[in-house]
Formats: sequence, structure tokens, C-alpha cells
Amino acid sequence: MSRHVLSLLVENKPGLLTRVAGLFARRGFNIESLAVGTSEVPGLSRITVVVTVEGLPLEQITKQLNKLVNVIKIVELDLDQSVQREHLLIKVRVDNTTRSQVLEAVTLFRARVVDVSTDAVVIEVTGDSGKTNALLKVLEPYGIKEMAQSGLLAIGRGSKSITDRVFKN
Amino acid sequence: MPAEPRTAISPADLKAAHSGTETMSGASAVVRTLELLGITDVFGLPGGAILPVYDPLMDTSTIRHILVRHEQGAGHAAEGYAASTGKVGVAIATSGPGATNLVTAIMDAHMDSVPLLAITGQVFSNLMGTDAFQEADIVGITMPITKHSFLVTDANDIPSTIAAAYHIASTGRPGPVLVDITKDAQQQEAPFVWPPKIDLPGYRPVTKAHGKQILAAAQLLVEAKKPVLYVGGGVIRAKASAELLELAELIGAPVVTTLMARGAFPDSHQQHLGMPGMHGTVPAVLALQESDLIVSLGARFDDRVTGKTALFAPNAKIVHVDVDPAEISKIRTADVPIVGDAKDVIADLTAALRTALAETQPDTEAWWTYLNGLREEFPLGYTAPTDGLLAPQYVIQRIGELTGPEGIYAAGVGQHQMWAAQFIKYERPNSWLNSGGAGTMGYSVPAAMGAKVAEPDRVVWAIDGDGCFQMTNQELATCAINKIPIKVAVINNSSLGMVRQWQTLFYDGRYSNTDLNTGHDTVRIPDFLKLADAYGCLGIRVTKEEEVDAAIQLALETNDRPVVIDFVVSADAMVWPMVPQGVSNSYVQYAKDHSPSFDEEA
Repeated sequence: MSRHVLSLLVENKPGLLTRVAGLFARRGFNIESLAVGTSEVPGLSRITVVVTVEGLPLEQITKQLNKLVNVIKIVELDLDQSVQREHLLIKVRVDNTTRSQVLEAVTLFRARVVDVSTDAVVIEVTGDSGKTNALLKVLEPYGIKEMAQSGLLAIGRGSKSITDRVFKN
Repeated sequence: MPAEPRTAISPADLKAAHSGTETMSGASAVVRTLELLGITDVFGLPGGAILPVYDPLMDTSTIRHILVRHEQGAGHAAEGYAASTGKVGVAIATSGPGATNLVTAIMDAHMDSVPLLAITGQVFSNLMGTDAFQEADIVGITMPITKHSFLVTDANDIPSTIAAAYHIASTGRPGPVLVDITKDAQQQEAPFVWPPKIDLPGYRPVTKAHGKQILAAAQLLVEAKKPVLYVGGGVIRAKASAELLELAELIGAPVVTTLMARGAFPDSHQQHLGMPGMHGTVPAVLALQESDLIVSLGARFDDRVTGKTALFAPNAKIVHVDVDPAEISKIRTADVPIVGDAKDVIADLTAALRTALAETQPDTEAWWTYLNGLREEFPLGYTAPTDGLLAPQYVIQRIGELTGPEGIYAAGVGQHQMWAAQFIKYERPNSWLNSGGAGTMGYSVPAAMGAKVAEPDRVVWAIDGDGCFQMTNQELATCAINKIPIKVAVINNSSLGMVRQWQTLFYDGRYSNTDLNTGHDTVRIPDFLKLADAYGCLGIRVTKEEEVDAAIQLALETNDRPVVIDFVVSADAMVWPMVPQGVSNSYVQYAKDHSPSFDEEA
């Protein structure tokens, strides 16, 4: 089983996400995470999708995705050739005795507190999954009340852009 | 409901003003667009959400609309129209159940790469999502079974969307495209801009192949000792039969044509071994299985051809030519992948082969000796049924012989389909229509109707089963009223024959729910003669071999109405040869419990 990060440049059309997600489900490909947002080009969106591949080659996934009329380009982003981040919001239970320890962990992980109430704090952290998982492990004993996690975002290192060659022809 | 007033002046408005473009309703724009795309025949059935389009459809002088009795009939008719000509077939339906009735035909077109344009009405855009009367999310429903689909909510988008749909359906690997148009978009007035701007940045089908791969394929072909040209339906869709003939004769290799490719290469040609697959000829099945080089041309290694995939053609290198990159190495890894249109690729390959042949002469003598031995030992044939009833194979063979290769034959799905693929000799592409990938019972009658509309001067047969026939025979009314004189041969074995065959072979003859009571010694419900009569068709019943030719002749001579021949045949006849499901093709059985003792070393 291998894990791949694909970046898709797509036309921002109604139903696009259904087409992509439906294709994964229909062909038996596993989605680990999915993040969708606008790109630097108006009308185009960018989807970052993490897939785990078992048995069939990644090539089959990219070929099938390429057949979707609204998909313009697909690139695989290697771990060492790209920056990969996920974003986490974590609500942790605190009281007067634990607050300072939680805040210390936040500082150590270069995370941020974005909301404070008498018995909880909301922490924001950005990083690769190694970092976020480590923070979660540290916070767990205090009591994680809820959390929300984004899909992985990734972008290639260097000056090249996924849209570079799209508009030449 | 009035259309929303347009407040701002769009670039389209400006262009219209400058070029004197006409303003018209979205509904008129649908009809005008179809006219300008050169479409001359459409099949459909109106309803509330598509009513606006049906109004201008009354006034067009270039488009013939054929009113079907069920939308599935419209879909298959459009498929038959497309498959017999290579043109785009068009089906129109209303929202909700009208649209969902098209689903089977759309899926069928998707599986068999048929260029189909499906236009459906949708409820008013402000009602969408409210479970309005006859509302169905047809774009969502058909997403997995269309090449692409569009929802149009603005009349300004109608010409460009239908033109884009037509372009997508007919280029690259053909397929069905759905355009769903809300009723308010049909009613709204908008300037008609032609030619429209088609903006599809994510759609760029590759047609011209890589030169390096072509050279590699040519080299493998001259070196191979046991080559086979494995020809699929893509060769027919690409109109590449002439190129194929030239390639095949240049290299002298054996040719097999899949169920979808019957007619792509003449059956009478000495190099043709017939159809491979579950019910293929023994030489065709074993040629692929024992080959050292399979050149796949527009075929997709379907499980009905490969048998157990892991054991398929273990010693063969694979050259895989397909216009759809996703087909290459999907099932079987290709040694030489070639993405391109079959017509261009085969022509390029032939040219490369000429050069390669100047250096190396292929040596396939031993291979041909072996294959000719198989041909001699295992010709296609059948044994007469022991119950004294008609042999269905004989009936089908005689239809082919008396009609000839210029006819068109549209089959349903099941035993009669396999016999029609085996016992009719096809000499030209687009003469054999069937539901290959989907296996849609009920395809035959409406597909034959569509083909007859497209090719009025050809004899068009629907070779149907008694089960299939009961699924779509309502289109006989369409045929009779619109003077579309198709000929229907119901191969009536009084049962769901192919299922029955599997019950005979694999379920100890326990015939669970396969008797239809339409044939010999039954209550005959329905009585196909009375049914033919009710639909204004000539009905003929044939029970004896000596009546077969006269009935076919009478059908061939009758062109003032459709003909239905009820061929009452034996229910015990089986389709042979057969590769049982899930085993290697090496276990092909010529007849029940009779396998060729094939030579491992051959």
C-alpha cells in the first residue's frame, strides 16, 4: 500500500466535486483526505487529494481523473519536492491547574491559542501530520473536547506553477 | 413563468447587436443548434419540462422527430442510429421519469462507446432541489455513466453547451453526453450566437500516436512467431476497417474480431479466425491464449474475452492501441502502449511495418499450420435439437444468408445474440449492432428502428429473443406508424435462454424463473402473432425447418410495414463453444464436456 499526494487543477463547475469523489468511490480508490479551494486563476479550483493505493497502479487513478472533462491537470507532489501542510483546530479542556501546562505545549509546538474560555481553549496548529499528531498526543491527557481538521494542502517547491503550461496553447 | 429580465448588457448582447444576431427563446435555440450541427433525426417523447422545445420542433423542416412509446426506446434508437452510421444519435426526454427512462440506454452507450446526445428537460431552476413535480437530479444520476453532462439554466448558454456536448460525444472515445435544460432556460429569450465558443480546456483527446511506439510495435510484429491482431469495437468507431485490412494483409497475421468488432474485418477473409471470448471460436480463443504477440486495436481486454485475466495469454507481449489512455494497462499491462485514434495509428503502423519488413521477414508458418488445424478440427457448428423443434442456429444462419452482408443486424442479449454473432457472416463495419458491454435486454427492436431511420435503403433485422422482445416491443407501434419497416426475428425458445443454459450447466438443470411460456406447447402469452397484428405488423409463425426460407423471403419482400416472425425453436439448444466463467481460456469447450486437447508446445 502506498500513499500519494495529487494536486488537481479543475474548472470550478457545479458538481465538480461530486464527479471527482464519485470517480474515486466507483473505481474503488481510497481517499485519505481532500482539500478544495480556489487557485490563482479565476474560474479554476485546486484540489489536493491524498490517496492510498493498493493493488492497482496510481497511473490508473490519474488516467481516470484525466478523463473527467472538467479536470485540466494532475500532478503528483513528492514529499521532498513539495511543501505539505494540514491545519487543525483543537478544543482542549483546561482548568486553573492545567492551563499553564497546555499553553506551554502550545508554545513548544509553535501553535496558537485562538479562543479562551474559563474551562477550555481552542488551539490552532499548522504542520505536517507528524507534528500535528505529536501535539495531539501531548494534549490528549487534558481532554480533547472536539477537533476539526483540514485536508492536506500541498504545493511544489521552487518557482514552477501547476498552471504554467496550461495556458500556453 | 416569465424569464428574469436581463439587467446588464453582456458581451454576447453586444456581439448580437453588431452581427444582427437573432433573439429567440432557449427552446428555439435548442432546435436551431441541432439544425446547425447537421442533425436530421431525433427520437423522443415530450412532457412538461421539455414542452417548450417541442413547440419549435414542429416547425423545423430539416429535423425529423420520431415519437417513441418509451424513452428507453428513444435512447436505444439513437444508439442504433449512431452505431449503424458513426453519426451522433440524439434522444430527447422530459424531466424526472422521462429522463430516468433514458438511463439504461445512456449506460449502454457508455459501455459500448456510442456517440449519444441526450437532451432532457429539467424543472424550473427556482424549483430545483425542492422535490418538485417530476424533478430528478438526472445530471447526478448519470454522472457515472456519461462521458460528460451539463446542466443549463441560462438560455444564453444553450448553443455553446449543445455544441460542446456534440463535440465531446463524437470525438476521442465516443460516448453519451447529457444536456439537462431547465424549463425557464427554454422559455427565456436570448440572442442566438453561432458559431458558439466552445471552451473545454480539460478536454484534449489524443489522436496521433507517438512515432517511437509505432516503430517498436512494427518491430515486434515482424519478430513475432505467433502474432494475433485482436480487433475491438474501437476499429469500427474509428472507421478504420480499410486501414485494418491493409495492415492485416501486409503482415499476414491472424485476426480475431470481438463481439463489438464483428464486421470490422470481413468474415470471408482467410486470415479471420472469428470471434474470441466466452462464446468465441476455438481457433480465435486459442490463438489469443497461445499467442506470443497480441496487437490490440481498439479493444479493452473485457473479462468476457480474457477469461480469468491472470491466466490470459501468458506468453504474449502486448501492443495496446486505444484512443482512451485509461484503457491501456487497465486490465493487462501493455509492453507497447499506443494512445491514438485507431485509423491514424493503424495507418502509421502499416507504414512502419513496410520499413521493418524490408529488414526482417516474419516467420509464422508453424503458427498458421497449428491454427488451420484448429480451424479444421473445430469449425463453428451445432447439432440438431433432439426434441424435433427448430434449431435456432439454423434460423439465424438462414436470415444472414438470405439477407446478405449489406443488411444490418441488431441483436438483443443472450443466446440469440451469440448465435447471431457466430452464424451470420459480417463483411462490413456497422452491419452488426448489439449491446456488448452493458448486455441490455431490449436493445434490439429500438436499435433496429434507429438503424432503419439512418439507413432506410438497407434491410434491417432485429434478431431478438422472446425475453428481450417483451421488454421493448412497444416500439413496433413507432415503427408501424412512422413507416420504419424493420424485420423482427423472435428466436422464441420460450425462456430466458442464456440463463437457462447456465442453469443447465451449473445449477443441475434447476430452471428457476426462466420459463416464459411463449413457445412450443405453452399457453403462448403473449401470442406474438396477435401482438404483431395488434401493432399493425405482418406476423408469421415458423415451426418447421422447411418453412424458414419462405418466411424470411416474405419478410424481405414486405416493406409496407414491420414484420415479426415468431420462430418457435428448441429450448434445449445451447451456445457453443464456451469458456466457463472464471477459468483460463485454455479450458474452452467445443461442446458440452468436449475440450480440445491442445498442445502445450504448439
